Amino acid sequence: MINPWGVDTSIMKSVLRKNAVAYLFLSPWLIGLLALSVIPMGASLYFSFTEYDMFSSPQWIGLENYSGMIEDPKYLKSIEVTLTYVLFSVPLQLSFALGVSVLLNRGLRGLKIYRATYYVPSLFGGSVAVALLWRQLFGGEGLVNKFLASIGIEGANWISSPDTAIYTLIILAVWQFGSPMLIFLAGLKGIPNELYEAANIDGAGKLKQFFSITLPMLTPIILFNLIMQIIGAFQAFTPAYIVSGGEGGPLDSTLFYTLYLYQKAFAHFQMGYASAMAWALLIMIAIVTAVIFASSKKWVFYQE
Amino acid sequence: MKQININVAAENKTRKVRIKPARILLHAVIISLGLLMLYPLIWMVLSSFKENTEIFQGGSFWPKSFTLENYIQGWTGLSGITFGKFFLNSLFVVGVAIIGNVLSCSMAAYAFARLDFTFKKILFAIMLVTLMLPFHVTVIPQYIMFNKLEWINTYLPLTLPKFLATEGFFIFLIVQFMRSIPRELEEAAEMDGCGPIKMYWFLIMPLSLPALITTMIFTFIWTWNDFFTQLLYLSDMEKFTVAVGLRMFVDAMGESSWGALFAMSTLSLIPLFIIFIFFQKYLIEGITTGGVKG
Repeated sequence: MINPWGVDTSIMKSVLRKNAVAYLFLSPWLIGLLALSVIPMGASLYFSFTEYDMFSSPQWIGLENYSGMIEDPKYLKSIEVTLTYVLFSVPLQLSFALGVSVLLNRGLRGLKIYRATYYVPSLFGGSVAVALLWRQLFGGEGLVNKFLASIGIEGANWISSPDTAIYTLIILAVWQFGSPMLIFLAGLKGIPNELYEAANIDGAGKLKQFFSITLPMLTPIILFNLIMQIIGAFQAFTPAYIVSGGEGGPLDSTLFYTLYLYQKAFAHFQMGYASAMAWALLIMIAIVTAVIFASSKKWVFYQE
Repeated sequence: MKQININVAAENKTRKVRIKPARILLHAVIISLGLLMLYPLIWMVLSSFKENTEIFQGGSFWPKSFTLENYIQGWTGLSGITFGKFFLNSLFVVGVAIIGNVLSCSMAAYAFARLDFTFKKILFAIMLVTLMLPFHVTVIPQYIMFNKLEWINTYLPLTLPKFLATEGFFIFLIVQFMRSIPRELEEAAEMDGCGPIKMYWFLIMPLSLPALITTMIFTFIWTWNDFFTQLLYLSDMEKFTVAVGLRMFVDAMGESSWGALFAMSTLSLIPLFIIFIFFQKYLIEGITTGGVKG
């Protein structure tokens, strides 16, 4: 089967055949990748250097969108709001998840029911229904104030005060600690029991065991949870939209980055500016992730 | 013999008694924390059976008298379109999304897990990168494209991408699962002259059922809870899903009718709850696969 060029055609044919079959299976994904990811990403990068309102064709304006962002007080406010949200909600949520998973990982009877109970807020938390519920809970006449009144404290209208509105959303995020909790629980199961037995023999107390065995052994999982939750928190949208009625108020105090992007793109049709915002978001997330990865060499403990 | 048994039993008893107080305390802490967490949800469900004035006054936790008034009033919906319509719309979108995700993601996963082809490593890496991308860098051109195609205010922007395996998480999940299937079965099937397409459909797909169920569950939950894309692409009330319908509802009714709002909110969470009760195992499996095995 050797042809004049010295290539074994039967091997070539079988390689081609293999590729043809594989790419047949990959074709839906590849079409999606091109049509819904790669090409749109290129387009949005291009739009980010233009002024574009969807009705007339895009006008090249260079870096004006990006320089405009730095001078846009609303944009800067949206960054401040988002960073506040990320900085508070992620560490609190992860600490809560870790604490509860350690509490649950004691070979308790009924673990499955407890685990499920603690996951329920995460199951519902992203829904419009729960965001609406939050609006009632922390409103002026809401359940939280009714409770505070019963113990003699006069509450505020948490949702409509610019100083507190963001914290109601942070509480909502922390409340949904179910996914990291499940991941921590799986990680805790993977820690070899011998380590604790040895520590017991050495007479190390529970607290010491937590800090010198549990925590170091969990650091790879903490890293994973940290990155996933930060990426998610940067992109939070539904709670801010629903709780503030789509405005990001009061006084832009809940104007999340993605909410402002949504307003710019789909309410004001400033597609160029919104595309620039999207790319700035991508870059911000990439930088934060890279910094965490770089720092992880210092604090993540990998078993051999 | 009998004597020994009794002794053992007695010993067990004393041991249990000795352990108990700390354990009971632990259970008590876990249960009260759990109740505290669920309190807002339980309160919402109970409030949905209260009169509006009773919700407003706060008052007791338990409704004075259970009324279905909120459900009846809420279900009538807005301008003649009932919540039943919103539910059917949501279920339709979810159903189509599930079919799309299961087919397209399992196909890509099969190629990555079992077939050899050029650029396999690069493509797999690209797939993993797409997992991390914020969708905002694609949503604007996508919107413009769907607008040009005149697909705005149809379900196509919500469903068609699912047939193109846009959610890489599921590809990753199914790949992880398929890799754990022993190869001997395929080798035997290959001997019998079974080609890759038949192999995928008749052997690998049935064996991957747990991962496919996990995919279905997550697609259900994410699509049901999705608000951004539904808000973006649906403008005609006839086409509204539950998420957009609820939001419309609160805008139209204001906060004067919390009762009806709570009633419809409660109904909107029931499908998720049912799925969770029956398929918890798959859900937990899905969450931990990404985190630990990966």
